[in-house]
Parts: sequence; C-alpha cells; structure tokens
Amino acid sequence: MNIDSIKNGIVIDHITAGKSMELYALLNLDSLSCPIVIGKNLPSDKMGKKDIIKIDADIELNTDILGYIDPDVTINIIKDGKITDKKTVSLPERLVNVISCKNPRCITSCEQELDQVFTLTDKENRIYRCLYCETKAKEENH
Amino acid sequence: MRSLIDIKELSLEELDALIATALDIIDNPQKYSEKCKGKKLATLFFEPSTRTRLSFEAAMYELGGNVLGFSEASSSSAAKGESVADTAKMISCYADIIAMRHPKEGAPLVASMNATIPVVNAGDGGHNHPTQTLADLLTIKRKKGRFDNLTVGLCGDLKFGRTVHSLISALSRYKGVKFVLISPEELRIPSYVKTDVLEKNNIEYVETTDLTGAMPSLDILYMTRVQKERFFNEEDYLRLKDSYILNLQKLENAKSDLCIMHPLPRVNEISVAVDKDPRACYFEQALNGKFMRMALILMLLGIK
Repeated sequence: MNIDSIKNGIVIDHITAGKSMELYALLNLDSLSCPIVIGKNLPSDKMGKKDIIKIDADIELNTDILGYIDPDVTINIIKDGKITDKKTVSLPERLVNVISCKNPRCITSCEQELDQVFTLTDKENRIYRCLYCETKAKEENH
Repeated sequence: MRSLIDIKELSLEELDALIATALDIIDNPQKYSEKCKGKKLATLFFEPSTRTRLSFEAAMYELGGNVLGFSEASSSSAAKGESVADTAKMISCYADIIAMRHPKEGAPLVASMNATIPVVNAGDGGHNHPTQTLADLLTIKRKKGRFDNLTVGLCGDLKFGRTVHSLISALSRYKGVKFVLISPEELRIPSYVKTDVLEKNNIEYVETTDLTGAMPSLDILYMTRVQKERFFNEEDYLRLKDSYILNLQKLENAKSDLCIMHPLPRVNEISVAVDKDPRACYFEQALNGKFMRMALILMLLGIK
C-alpha cells in the first residue's frame, strides 16, 4: 500500500523518526480493523528521517494526542484517492485522559474514576503539569 | 461561588482587602460577632490537625456561626471508600462552606469541582496550604509593615513543606523579595516552584545547606519541620529529621529585628529557649491564622 492507494483515509506525515509506535499506541489504532501501514525512518528532505502512518479509513483522530506527542506532524485527509485537506496540529492547552499522573501522593492515585487532566504550563519548554498536584508530566515525582 | 485552593487565586488587591478585614477584626471583634449567624462551616479533616482545624472552628464561632465535621478519615465515610467528589456533593447539602484537609494532593480541588458551596483548601499532602500563607502574610504585615524588599530565609523541609510552596508563590508577587532556600540536598524545593514561580518571575534566590552562614542577611526566617508523614521510607526520615535546629547560639549573628516564623507544630527544630527571644513570632502567627480565616470566610460567603 502506498499513499496513492488509499481511497478514503488519513496519512499522518512528518512524524519525528521513532515516534510512530508511541502515536500508534496512544491513538489506539490497534483497535481498528482497516489496513494500517507504519513507515519508520523514511528519508525526508525536510527532516532527514521521518515516520509516517497511513490509515485506510476515514476516522476521527484525537488531535490533542498528536499535538502533545509530536506537534510538527501533518495530517493529510484522502478522499477518492486524492488529498483533499492538509492539517497541522498545535500543542493542546489541556490533555484529558491521555497520560497519567505518576505522583503517588496525587488524588488521582486513589480515585480511579477521576479524569487525568494535564495543562500546558510552559509552552516554550512544552511542559505539562497535573491539574491536581502540579507534578510535571513524565516526571516520577516532585 | 468562589473557593480558595491555591494562594495564587487571590489577587494582590484581594490579599490587601483580607488583611485589612483581619486588622479590623483585631481592633473591633464585637462588630463581627454575629456576621455569620445561621451559617455552618464543615471541617473535613482527612488528616490530623490541631491548629488549622481549631482555628477554622474558632474563626467560625467568633463570627457567630456553627461548625460540623470530622477530624480524621476513619470517622467519616471515606473509611467505607466514599470518593472526595461524593463527599463534597453531600456536604453541600448540610453546610455553607467547607474547609478540607486531605493527605492526597489535589483533593480539595476535586471537592471544589463537585461542591455547590465554597471549599477552602486547609492543606493537601505536600502541595498547598493557602490559609497558612494568609496567617504568614498577616504576621509579616504586622511585624514588618510591608511585603516588598525583604530577604526571606526558608529552612528545613522545602520539598514536602506545603506552607513553604504557598508562601513563595504569594511573596513572589512583591518587588524586591529575595529568597534564601536552606535545606538538605534531599529536601530541596520542587522543580515546579523553581521554574514556574521563582525563575518565571525573575525572583532572586539562592539554595544553600548552611543556616548559620545565611543568618545575617535575613529579615525573616521561616523554619519548618521535617514531616514524618511525607516519607515512604523511615530510614530517610531518621537521617534528615535533625538537619536544622535553631537555637540561641545560631541567632547570634541575626538581625535585631529578624522575624522568626514557623507554621507549627514544631518537634525540635526550634529550641524552646528561643521562644522567649523577642524575635520569635510563631505563636502570634498561629493567632493571626484565626483572624485571616475569619476574613476569608466572610469573603467567600460574600458577607461584608
């Protein structure tokens, strides 16, 4: 399958090399039954190397997840075999149930049904903090 | 409807207004003695407390209101597994305002998102303790007459010391404040306070392990206890608990108008001999907490 062979679907292009599997997991693409192709370390004029994900189905993508993991990706929407739309994503202000707080003292550690909410507190350095305890995302502790 | 979860939610104007109300309460207690008549404060303390809970209760009684609540999680439905969200919804049916202490960080925020009455964070784990900060600010105001151009030493457990985090947030908004952060390596201030508060606002600060060396420069020395309940490992607690003990000898090089503060309870980090030194302000600080909680209750209930 190549990009031209998709009739109606989505191509996530310009993924930073090495991040496609993380996106695959967080976007829950494993639950789809349509053909999906993951290209890793493909040559790119712009990026040197890039990853790419082709999804042969017209689905709703969680752009917050894309923006959080890799805000420089491009989303190509394919209809009737042609690119009909190109979208970019940005760093989301708020992430809901995308990542979990690792602070054992956080209220989310004992109240399992609470939404895991992270907010963008430092855009320049792409730092997200737990809404409840302010622990930095991906940091083990304070 | 307004809650207070983090001291940063209060503007400088609101802080000034709260301090002005507290000073008026000190001068004219009778004027306020029936302001909260018919109102109920629910004190939901999922973790032990003496000062904070009793000062909230005393504050409400002195405003003519009533108090209900519990002082440990085991005597509430939390012991049966009730969520904070459900507790907050339910208490909203019985009271007019909630003061909540909880060992888990963010629990009072969750309560405020679910309650239909104001929620005051009375301490959440090692995170925030905004009403202690209100007590601290009133103490500084009464002792120093200002908040700007002060060198503030914070000593002890700066990692888990929630009162320290809230006080830094509050004082960072005033001009010319410098912080001297005195702690063992393991109990340094968390990264989010450094990056999001101190560095973001270009606040001058130094980190040191040397209390005696820092002493001569300080206008305020804020001592804290190494809190056993914040450690998962008792060995670490035992190793660090006696890191800093303030005694009269260490105060020899201090300024004559130094203001020594402590959120209390103390264990042994301030020698009892220091209590008689005129620079010791910590018991007055506890009293100031009641006045500021009175002012806060009035503000959140919209009572003038």
